[in-house]
Amino acid sequence: MSDFTAQSVTETRTGTPEAGFGDYFALLKPRVMSLVVFTALVGLLVAPGGVSPMIGFTAILFIALGAGASGALNMWYDADIDAVMKRTAKRPVPAGKVPAGEALTLGLWLSAISVVMLGLATNWVAAGLLAFTIFFYAVIYSMWLKRSTPWNIVIGGAAGSFPPMIGWAAVTGDVSLASVLMFGLIFMWTPPHFWALALFMKGDYHKAEVPMLTVTHGRAETRKQILIYTALLVPVAIGLAFTSVGGPVYLATAVVLNAIFLKGAWDIWRREEAEAEADGYKVEKKVFKFSLLYLFLHFGALLIDAIWRLI
Amino acid sequence: MPLAETHEIHKRRMGRNIGTALCLIGFCAVVFGLTIAKVREGSMLEAHDHQPRASQLPITEEVSQ
Repeated sequence: MSDFTAQSVTETRTGTPEAGFGDYFALLKPRVMSLVVFTALVGLLVAPGGVSPMIGFTAILFIALGAGASGALNMWYDADIDAVMKRTAKRPVPAGKVPAGEALTLGLWLSAISVVMLGLATNWVAAGLLAFTIFFYAVIYSMWLKRSTPWNIVIGGAAGSFPPMIGWAAVTGDVSLASVLMFGLIFMWTPPHFWALALFMKGDYHKAEVPMLTVTHGRAETRKQILIYTALLVPVAIGLAFTSVGGPVYLATAVVLNAIFLKGAWDIWRREEAEAEADGYKVEKKVFKFSLLYLFLHFGALLIDAIWRLI
Repeated sequence: MPLAETHEIHKRRMGRNIGTALCLIGFCAVVFGLTIAKVREGSMLEAHDHQPRASQLPITEEVSQ
C-alpha cells in the first residue's frame, strides 16, 4: 500500500487528517498550564522547609502535567460546545485534528502518570490533592456544573485554585491556613475575572447553551455579582498578608491592587448596558485585563517576601 | 513525480514521532534525576526486606550484674 493510499485510508477511516505533535500538546491547554506552573511554584517556594531543586522541579512538572491532563479530559467532554463557540472552535477535537477518544486516552494516562509521579517525588497528600483537582475539573466542573448552573464559574473555579495548595503540600505534606488563603485568593478572584469577560464576549455562551450568569440572570445582575465577589475577595487577599507567608511587600501590593480592583468593580456596577455598548465595553475590558495582572502581582509579591525573609 | 517524494503527512508523522521520543527521553531523565536527588537526601534507603537486621532491633539496655 502506498503512503498516499495509507493517508487516504487513515483520513477516510477517522474522517480527520493525522494530527501533529502540536495538536496533542494543544489538548493540554498550555496557557492555563502557565498560570498553574506560576501559582504552584510560588506555593512551593513560600512553604517552610524547602525541597531540593530536582524534587521541586519534578513536583512542578507533574502538577503542570496533571493540569494538562484535566484540560485534555475537558476537551474530550466539551467537544460539542467547543465546536459552537468561536473562541474554542479551533481546538484540536472540534477542529477535527484529534479524535475525541484519543483526547480521553491521553487525559486518563497523563492523570495517572502525574499523580503517581508526584506522590513518588514528594508525598501522597500533594498527590491526593492533584488527583482531586483533576477529578473536580473533569467531572464536577466539565461534566456536571458547566452545563447545569450559572454558578458553574464560582464552584468550578476551585479546580484552578488548588495548584498553590499542591505546591505547598509538596514541601510540607499538609494543608495550612496560608495555603487555604492562597486557594481562597484564586477562588474568589475567578468569578469577577470571568464575568467581566462574559460581559464583553457576548453571544458565544448563549449559542452553546452554557448557562452563564449574563444569560440566565441578566447583565445588570452580573455587574452586581462582580462587585459582591470583588468585595468578598478583598479580606481574603489582605488576610493572606497576616499569615506566615505574608510580609510588607505583599501587604502593600495587596492594599493597592485591591483598591484598584474594587474601584473597577464599582465602575462596572454603576454602568448601564447602553453606556457600555456605546464605548465598546471599555471599562469591562480594562477590569478584565487588570484582573490578570492582579493575580500575577499578588503571587509575585509573596515570592518577593519569601526571598526577603531569606536575606 | 518521484515515488519517494515526502508528503506533508510524513512531516506530521515525523514531528509526532520526534516529539514522543523527546518526551520519553525527558521522562527517563526526570526519573533518573529524581532517583539521584532522593538517594542524596538519604530517604528510603533502608527498606524492610524481611530479614532481621541489627539496625531494626529495639535498643535494650544491658543489665548490670
